[in-house]
Amino acid sequence: MSVDDNASELLRTEGLAKVFGRGKDEVRAVDGVDLTLARGEATALVGQSGSGKSTLGRLLLRLMDPTAGRVLFDGRDVTTVRGAARRDYWREVQAVFQDPFAAFHQYRRVEATLATALQLMPAATREAGRETMGEALTAVGLDPVETLAKRPHELSGGQRQRVMLARALMLRPRLLIADEATSMLDASVRVTVLNLLADLRDERGMTVLFVTHDLGQAYYLADRIAVMHRGRIVESGPAEQIVGEPAHAYTRSLLADVPKLHRSA
Amino acid sequence: MTLASLKHLSAHYATGADRFHALDDVAVDVQAGQILGVVGESGCGKSTMASVLSLNPGPSLRVTSGTLAIDGTDVDLTDPASHRPLRGGTVALLPQGALNALNPTRRVGAMAHDILAVGDKRITRAESLRRTAARLEALELPPRVLRAYPHQLSGGMRQRVVTALATLRNPRLLVADEPSSALDVSSQRLLVDLLRRLVSDGLVEGIVFITHDVALLSELADRIAVMYAGRVVEEAPAKDLVAAPRHPYARALLASVLVPEAGTRGRRLSGIPGAPPDLRVPIPGCPFAPRCGHAVDRCADQRPPRLVIGDRDDSCWRSAEFEEAANVG
Repeated sequence: MSVDDNASELLRTEGLAKVFGRGKDEVRAVDGVDLTLARGEATALVGQSGSGKSTLGRLLLRLMDPTAGRVLFDGRDVTTVRGAARRDYWREVQAVFQDPFAAFHQYRRVEATLATALQLMPAATREAGRETMGEALTAVGLDPVETLAKRPHELSGGQRQRVMLARALMLRPRLLIADEATSMLDASVRVTVLNLLADLRDERGMTVLFVTHDLGQAYYLADRIAVMHRGRIVESGPAEQIVGEPAHAYTRSLLADVPKLHRSA
Repeated sequence: MTLASLKHLSAHYATGADRFHALDDVAVDVQAGQILGVVGESGCGKSTMASVLSLNPGPSLRVTSGTLAIDGTDVDLTDPASHRPLRGGTVALLPQGALNALNPTRRVGAMAHDILAVGDKRITRAESLRRTAARLEALELPPRVLRAYPHQLSGGMRQRVVTALATLRNPRLLVADEPSSALDVSSQRLLVDLLRRLVSDGLVEGIVFITHDVALLSELADRIAVMYAGRVVEEAPAKDLVAAPRHPYARALLASVLVPEAGTRGRRLSGIPGAPPDLRVPIPGCPFAPRCGHAVDRCADQRPPRLVIGDRDDSCWRSAEFEEAANVG
């Protein structure tokens, strides 16, 4: 590997695997994945239900231990980091999940939910907590004063997902993992959240891993697309190439099954 | 020929002191041999309409006006007792979520017998199983499915079992409420093919397919109705609506659709700013006016009439103007 490759990649996995169960019940959810995320790019990890894409996301987040393989973040081996080292890792890698409602304190104000992120920050910067919350909310297009005082049920779905993005942004992560983060949103709102992710990439140079079952969203947002099937990455490349000239049979069948808006005559 | 005609449907949910006006003077027609797609976003009333149209309104829904003309009969939708005989036989519902629609403790054959026995109390078990097996076969399911419990079937098979059960009594109109939303694209494709076949084989005469996915409808439906805030704002042949939506909401919705069509990457879409209106407050004008870039004064306080041009219609104060501009341009 050349020096240039090292400089441009933020995260790399080598032969990453996760096996659940054993014997005849064994499920190889993630089966030898080599994935590279380039700095400042959005990569979409596309797969159907059961493809292993969410398990891969959880491995990268250090929410579970892999069965085999390595995860390198910025050149460091983070495969088995725990304790304080894992908390340090979480300052650099943050996530937003599918159901923003599940991630809130149901009865507490937005401020309480956002404050949990402060616990991951170095003590010296916690003082500025409220200011950080305000900045993060402004960055996602919400009014800080108004939003901090609200309870989750007073927010729309799009607003809730923006608050979750703001929570992730407070730590100024270098990598954001969005796991089906826009799946539950209405189409017209979804576009605005995807635009926000694109802006974070373009203006802050944030690296984004966008995990989705929806090739349409992947194609809109991502620079690169990796297609996952039965625990393996069957094909990856620039978004235009994956959609325009898919090489793998599975990618072709997936594209053929996606409803298109403009029927070719 | 018109198979079913829904007119003047208004309904609200009563919660405490509030009335949530879910449907406001909705009208749609379903043509024989066709699939009508109904599309809209969360809270637009599409599932409420599905429940009324399939004669299964929820207990908290109050239907204040509306008639359904089907099969030579006029059904008064405000009187649930009167439409009971039509439920399941004339009109059937294909529900959301294939697993939740099946009884986990009963075999498929037993559930099928219960359904058929509603229409014919003297039907024998053997006759029920024979008819069900035939329907399962039409949906490419093996006869062993009759003896299976729901958990023994894959997701795609369950969806087909639910479809078989919903159509067992040969309903004339099938109302499908987001049946494909939880399916992956490959299973979705199978379901779409299946529904088209049900119509072309004459097993059902017409389908109303309710969804939030307009790209799916562009492939499935003959006509598409777009709903917003409890109203149908536009209805047109599917290909015309997709190619040239007229109502500003329909245009904005179509412009928000993300499809992986090569060469379209890199354009930035805008989505729709703002949020849908609070349906507890009656809306005198157009419900989309506060979010609409084309709104003029009267949009806020006068209800736009339904303007019919050829085989399509929409409810926008400025649609005649837009139509003229489109013809000139």
